[in-house]
Amino acid sequence: MTDHNHDFTKTEPRFSATFDPFTISQIQRAAATGIYDIRGGGTKRKLPHFDDLLFLGASVSRYPLEGYRERCGTDVVLGTRFAKKPIHLKTPVTIAGMSFGALSAQAKEALGRGASAVGTSTTTGDGGMTPEERGHSSTLVYQYLPSRYGMNPDDLRRADAIEVVIGQGAKPGGGGMLLGQKISARVAKMRDLPEGIDQRSACRHPDWTGPDDLEIKIEELREITNWEKPIYVKVGASRPYYDISLAVKAGADVVVLDGMQGGTAATQEVFIEHVGLPILAAIRPAVQALQDLGLHRKVQLIVSGGIRTGADVAKALALGADAVAIGTAALIALGDQNPELAAEYAKLGSVPGAYDDWQDGRDPAGITTQDPALAARLDPIMGGRRIANYLSVLTMEAQTIARACGKSHVHNLEPEDLVALTLEAAAMTRLPLAGTDWYPGKAGF
Amino acid sequence: MQIIDMNTTDLRALNTALQAGEAGSAWSVHNPAGRHALAVGLMEDMTVTIDGHAGYYAAGMNQKAQVTINGNAGQGVAENMMSGAVHVKGNASSSAGATAQGGLLVIEGDAGARCGISMKGVDIVVRGSVGHMSAFMGQSGNLVVCGDAGEALGDSLYETRIFVRGTVKGLGADCEEQPMTEQDRTILAGLLERAGVTDCTPADFRRYGSARTLYHFHVDNASAY
Amino acid sequence: MCGIVGLFLKNPALQPELGLLTSRMLRTMTERGPDSAGFAVYNALAAGQRKMTVRGITPETQGPFEAGFLELVGGTGTLLQRHDHVVLTYAGVHEAALRAYVRDFGAGIAFAASGEGIELYKGVGLPEHVATRFGLEGMGGTHAIGHTRMATESAVTIAGAHPFSTGPDQCLVHNGSLSNHNTLRRQLVREGLSFETENDSEVAAGYLSWRLSRGEKLDEALKASIDDLDGFYTFVVGTRDGFAVLRDPVACKPAVLAETDDYVAFASEYRAFAELPGIANAQVFEPEPQRVYHWDHAA
Repeated sequence: MTDHNHDFTKTEPRFSATFDPFTISQIQRAAATGIYDIRGGGTKRKLPHFDDLLFLGASVSRYPLEGYRERCGTDVVLGTRFAKKPIHLKTPVTIAGMSFGALSAQAKEALGRGASAVGTSTTTGDGGMTPEERGHSSTLVYQYLPSRYGMNPDDLRRADAIEVVIGQGAKPGGGGMLLGQKISARVAKMRDLPEGIDQRSACRHPDWTGPDDLEIKIEELREITNWEKPIYVKVGASRPYYDISLAVKAGADVVVLDGMQGGTAATQEVFIEHVGLPILAAIRPAVQALQDLGLHRKVQLIVSGGIRTGADVAKALALGADAVAIGTAALIALGDQNPELAAEYAKLGSVPGAYDDWQDGRDPAGITTQDPALAARLDPIMGGRRIANYLSVLTMEAQTIARACGKSHVHNLEPEDLVALTLEAAAMTRLPLAGTDWYPGKAGF
Repeated sequence: MQIIDMNTTDLRALNTALQAGEAGSAWSVHNPAGRHALAVGLMEDMTVTIDGHAGYYAAGMNQKAQVTINGNAGQGVAENMMSGAVHVKGNASSSAGATAQGGLLVIEGDAGARCGISMKGVDIVVRGSVGHMSAFMGQSGNLVVCGDAGEALGDSLYETRIFVRGTVKGLGADCEEQPMTEQDRTILAGLLERAGVTDCTPADFRRYGSARTLYHFHVDNASAY
Repeated sequence: MCGIVGLFLKNPALQPELGLLTSRMLRTMTERGPDSAGFAVYNALAAGQRKMTVRGITPETQGPFEAGFLELVGGTGTLLQRHDHVVLTYAGVHEAALRAYVRDFGAGIAFAASGEGIELYKGVGLPEHVATRFGLEGMGGTHAIGHTRMATESAVTIAGAHPFSTGPDQCLVHNGSLSNHNTLRRQLVREGLSFETENDSEVAAGYLSWRLSRGEKLDEALKASIDDLDGFYTFVVGTRDGFAVLRDPVACKPAVLAETDDYVAFASEYRAFAELPGIANAQVFEPEPQRVYHWDHAA
């Protein structure tokens, strides 16, 4: 067939790989507004990730466990180093820190309900602890952040663990942001800020810097809470070997390592996409640091940033983590990116699956908003049920893999149960390239 | 008066005793030798005298207690105080009263850098001078400086009121001198009185506050971000 | 990430107690830096005489090293052993030959410092143990600088311990973290300097030595470092006759000074001053950012 309308004397319009349509829209947006782009969510670029690893199931040399019948434990104890009251969780999947302010009270409540239903923990964020959240969370980790919004000793004692936040994966080295649309009267009161302003949080703690001062800060927090609460230290993945070593030297019970796929309520796009390490690259040096100190499994490691499935959970544990934390995935489980909201996303210039304007408070799913009408769309009980379902699936999936590898506990997964599919993943994890016993840097291919 | 001697008592025992102390009780801590985290997390209206120098975070997160430090205080004295009062007879190191939400912090000597950083409702009275970046991101409450202030006073200020009697080496982004209103004068007079300052009056002070130009992200403020 | 102490004596009557007072201050900084410790003690010799601290001496190398040294200086020198360090005293004319002798000796022996006044000791372990090992308490002198280290990005080794000495009678200790030291190290290497470690503090020391070697005064070199060194730092720099203090523009690592008619003391925390004589009446203050503080004995 001949296309009589086609002009064969000209080539097709060709888009530049460098100045691709999205890049062009970024330049146009910058020129129009004169201010950097701030958005929510995490990095959207393609990165080496857990998908680049595969498990070696049991066969002849290893024997698998029977699914559903033979026991495969998933429980984890966090904070066994110094705390008098370590945390006991039924699953190694926890809910990461997300603030009331970034999220609606209903969303925070739903996270608490869901986590409690499956016996895991949830975490506060930059903005303090709400009674709803405390009331509906059987195990609540209280974040200690540079801004100290809403920080008070009563909540510190009400918490089950304290997480000293140094950084997060979406923006290691950066502080928080909450734009005016989300500083409602209640958020403003909790944070002691004027209503409706664009709020910036500090990037460093106001009263300490570096590991020598952190050690003293941790001592103070322990003294205020009778040495009962596990003290977590959370860092964004950037120099994980040194950062984890120093957090441990400063006295952490638990270290939390957040890769660059970790989400954020509002951060500069350039920060989200260009700073930090993908979690896949960060775990091995972090585990190495713990091993070099003789404290692997004694100081627990929680990793986060892009955990989506039970396979991701199992891979993180096999690489040496003790538990994982989920943020973005939990919001999706709650109803973020729901296809039924397509018409409303369209009004905001987006589509289901790509919605990332978490900063502007108009979330049609009622999650990343402080608008009472929008927030009311999220039923905390139903939302809690969805979170519980999702957490259960993650746990069962991780168990399935662990059993297939012959493990009676998910913590018995080990790096040797994995191979890498790509050279990049092999180099980052020091796992052998599939079908070989070699990884880049190792001699003797 | 109950005496705790830090030559023979460890920190845990000290704070355990003080945290369980009853309202109205009085305590004296001897030989503190600059130890960190002294008298932290107190919950009752009691009086505690630390007889010597204190290290970091003395009287941190104080609630209701009246704590006096007969010496110098290290970094972050009375950090995140909720209520009550902390009185430092000597100098205080940097970040005094950081993020404190209530109560009164009085420093007889000088305070270091970042005095009142991210303060959230506390009242701070410094008889001497304060270092650079004091009241950085101050949200609310009052900072009174009877001496001089260092560089970048009140940088990125929210709603904290700042009163300085002496010279100000430089104002931080979005901090400006503002007229002293009658309400300001009343607040200042009350603070001077509560802090036991009798050698100066509100008329000696200038008042600084937020120009509120950084409250919303805008291209014209780019250099201040 | 560390603790720093420094003591500059104005009153000569206190000189016999310099080591004792410094060791007490150093001990209080243990929590800030439990990995390693070091100190420089200054006690100037008569004109024309020099001393050199050499570390890494073992029972096996002590004999041959001493014999070679005495041969080189023609029997006029002395050698004082302190644990695995030795302090050599000799006529200044032998300096270059002696540096070469130490450099080429091998067997783990390393040059630590030389000059008319400086002695420099450092070791891995708790500050208290390091001080005891070298007998700091019994040392006299005019001024001293000590450091306790919590290693951040470079290894826990003796070479990585502070102070760093990169020029005659010079030493530097540092608390903080420089953010442009790799670029600066490469520039200084092109200028002919060499570095023993990956430590950012050694770069700062080398930078100051480089500027001093071009004829600048210490305060000029320190002022220039405000523009050229990026990051967070508190420096205490020792010279033959005194010491200087500088904090970066942000100045969030702790620093405090105490001055009386008898001495000037520097520390990371007030607690280090607790046992100094007459501290109750000292003028105690925190150094301002970007300001060079300098004390010396008028030569």
